[in-house]
Amino acid sequence: MTLFAFVIGVIYLAAATLFVVGLHLMRLPSTARRGNLISAGGMVIAVAATIVFSLINSGGSWIGWLALVLGAAGGAAFGIIRARTVKMTDIPQLVSIFNAVGGGAAAAVAFADFVLHTSGARLDLTSSIPIVLDVVIGSVTFSGSLIAAGKLQGIISGSPITFPGARIVNVVAIGVALAAGVFAIVIGDNILFLVVVLVASLLFGVLMVLPIGGADAPVIVSLLNAFTGLAVAMAGFAINNQALIIAGALVGAAGTILTLQMAKAMNRSVLAIVLGGFGTGDSTSSAPADAQDLADVHELTADDVAVQLAYAQHVMIVPGYGLAAAQAQHEVAELAKLLMAHGIDVKYAIHPVAGRMPGQMNVLLAEANVPYEQMLQLDAANVAFDNCDVALVVGANDVYNPDARKPGNPVSGMPILDVDHAKSVVILKRSMRPGYSGISNPLFTDPKTGMFFADAKKGLADITAAVKEYVPA
Amino acid sequence: MEALYSNLAIFVLSLLVGVEVIGKIPSTLHTPMMSGSNAIHGVVIAGAVATASVANSPLGYVLTFVAAALAAANVFGGYVVTDRMLQMFTRHAPAPAVTAPAAPVATNSKDPS
Repeated sequence: MTLFAFVIGVIYLAAATLFVVGLHLMRLPSTARRGNLISAGGMVIAVAATIVFSLINSGGSWIGWLALVLGAAGGAAFGIIRARTVKMTDIPQLVSIFNAVGGGAAAAVAFADFVLHTSGARLDLTSSIPIVLDVVIGSVTFSGSLIAAGKLQGIISGSPITFPGARIVNVVAIGVALAAGVFAIVIGDNILFLVVVLVASLLFGVLMVLPIGGADAPVIVSLLNAFTGLAVAMAGFAINNQALIIAGALVGAAGTILTLQMAKAMNRSVLAIVLGGFGTGDSTSSAPADAQDLADVHELTADDVAVQLAYAQHVMIVPGYGLAAAQAQHEVAELAKLLMAHGIDVKYAIHPVAGRMPGQMNVLLAEANVPYEQMLQLDAANVAFDNCDVALVVGANDVYNPDARKPGNPVSGMPILDVDHAKSVVILKRSMRPGYSGISNPLFTDPKTGMFFADAKKGLADITAAVKEYVPA
Repeated sequence: MEALYSNLAIFVLSLLVGVEVIGKIPSTLHTPMMSGSNAIHGVVIAGAVATASVANSPLGYVLTFVAAALAAANVFGGYVVTDRMLQMFTRHAPAPAVTAPAAPVATNSKDPS
């Protein structure tokens, strides 16, 4: 090892340290932003060191550098513009797209390394094996993440898409990819085999994600995020770059843990999610719930809700996907501020999987300037429900279904918010349609529950207007 | 073989660190955490740089271009969107006009974690 290579290696270690410290700080809301910036600092020095090293050891031509600069400029522009303009409700899709491009980039790096060696010396097994693994994992992540993004965006149906023999096609696709991979490794200088690996893996990625219900898509995005980490680590093995190995392995492991925690919060096993077929997504075409007789429902107007709220002492707001979909975070925050200005205690009860993606509801409310202290997580919220006069549920269905306490239904065992412990309950949603579990909620017809059927944004605005009538300005 | 061994050692140890370092994350932060780790695998752009430095064929140039474009979108977009999310968590006092008069809410001892 030359002194120069040693120095580069030490810089990589420093970058790795910053990645680890950054990830560690991201566990707490108060330090999370600093953690992300520290991680970005690690990225800057890792890339800078690689640029210096590559410039000095360059064996290629200026065309390669030109391709790099043009590609990077285009990619950076796309990434920054999308990141700055994306609506907070659409973040899960965007994360999935960034995930896809990361996997694609890892596959491209490995492919390029393979191409480089087809003309000259035979590729070492220590390079060719990681190359093939990288192309497989990277391509699966690329196509799989794009499909997941499409499901989250609603371009592709959120319902599980299956067709007869899908499983067999799946097995064949991965089998072909692996077989071609073995040939690519053994023969070593034929691009054709690697192209077959690429195509079969892309197909497998599509087929793997299509049967997964839209509601489970966030967990899949997280799982594919971990896969991309592994693909990047494999690229590091292929081109003998330790920054890629360290960062890729970190993300692979951290992403796996995160995936398990997310799945646990949804009371789903990762295996069951990957096997797919659960949930109808929340497309408007899902079957209406007519199991419950509408006659049992106590329907409220905005005025009725306003009276209840204005005379309450403790109000708990339970936001759900309907609030996110209607972009009603500002309206709900405005209502809460109005009530608080009137001396009413208002808190938000946030279920771990409320919204489209775990933690998304907190981000949305934070966007509407709701102080972090007002957002109660599951356990704290459930203590508070016992003392709550009015629980106002906005666009949520399953996260407070009391049936979760009973065995034998799709939500059994899911941790829920004890909304039924509140003295009275107001549920604001558009219709009686069930949530993604596909089952109805007995609380809808409970005597202490009133239903206010409206779009979350408009309904909240109407309530706010009505409350202003009852509370002196 | 020596290089492979040290790379493998780095890989395995990094996996273990990755498992340990994040520990139990509050569900509040699942989305930003996913996005933040997503940005870290954007380090693949260093791979694109290395690829550029040795590319010597038209196919090599095309792959360099593709790798650079995809990786740059990942790394720049990933960090920017994560920061955008997280700055909402750390933002301090909300607009004073609306909250200032709020009577101190007489409430029990619920303390958000």
